[in-house]
Amino acid sequence: MAVMMEEVLPKQAGPSRTGDNGPVRLELSTADGATKIFGFWMFLVSDVLLFASLFATYVVIYTHTADGPTAAHLFGHDTAGFLAETLALLTSSFTCGLATWEMHQGRAGRLKMWMGITILLGLVFLGLEITEFRDFVGQGATMQASAFLSGFYTLVGTHGAHVTMGVLWMSLILYQLARFGLNAVTARKFFIVGLYWHFLDIVWVLIFTVVYLTGVM
Amino acid sequence: MTPRVHANPAFPWSHVIGFALSIVFTLIAFFAVTGHALAHRPLLAVILVLAALQILVQLIFFMHVGQDQKPRYHLWLFGVAMFFFVVFVVSSIWIMTFNTPMS
Repeated sequence: MAVMMEEVLPKQAGPSRTGDNGPVRLELSTADGATKIFGFWMFLVSDVLLFASLFATYVVIYTHTADGPTAAHLFGHDTAGFLAETLALLTSSFTCGLATWEMHQGRAGRLKMWMGITILLGLVFLGLEITEFRDFVGQGATMQASAFLSGFYTLVGTHGAHVTMGVLWMSLILYQLARFGLNAVTARKFFIVGLYWHFLDIVWVLIFTVVYLTGVM
Repeated sequence: MTPRVHANPAFPWSHVIGFALSIVFTLIAFFAVTGHALAHRPLLAVILVLAALQILVQLIFFMHVGQDQKPRYHLWLFGVAMFFFVVFVVSSIWIMTFNTPMS
């Protein structure tokens, strides 16, 4: 905990300092930063509970299609669509990881570039998802058509809302980095939105498997 | 205790490896399902295992879980989250399919 005792230390970017347990990263270099990152992990636990409830609901009701479209019918006619969504989001998680890596090298320019690419890939994902939902609704697969579709739109839509939130949030952090530069505060803010972004990718991997792949099996 | 593998590596290898693995796992799962490579139950098992591997890749290669300075409270939080997830999903499936023919 020695690290957390040091209140306000490096305010400028640069290679990591050396602490008791190896290099101290910029986002963890103040007690405030370390506490807020820990707090964000607690938020992620509560978000896991939200998604666990929605997954449990979906898995229980997805066969209840009320003579409407089934999962196999709906997802089966355009498998390339949900594969493209998955690849866009996986790539955005990678570029977000590269942004974090560049931040740890103290290179603010490249950090901002990878953040910009991550935001664009997030927008690509959202565009694909909105197109998919429009396509489904055009086929009569509306949210109120069956228990299956209520569960589907609630689960996948909640994830999409999270991604929308993530795009807005990351854009604001990008603005702050451009305005205030890379310091212990902006590093912590970016690190937290990065954790959020990787978490959304994990949730999507489960949606890809449990909703889409199981649906077309 | 746990030295970080590379303090300042010249190239983000772990991210590139993690990305390659996540793409490979996704494509294997996708083509196994669309090509009907296996019977229903083994196929379901395979894609669930691939999803678990994907999640581990995200956690280890991108979120660097377990590579932070001690104390690693967030590992405990992660464990709690996984416990709740499994309890919610598995117990829901179990109770809702109790005494009914499994699909």
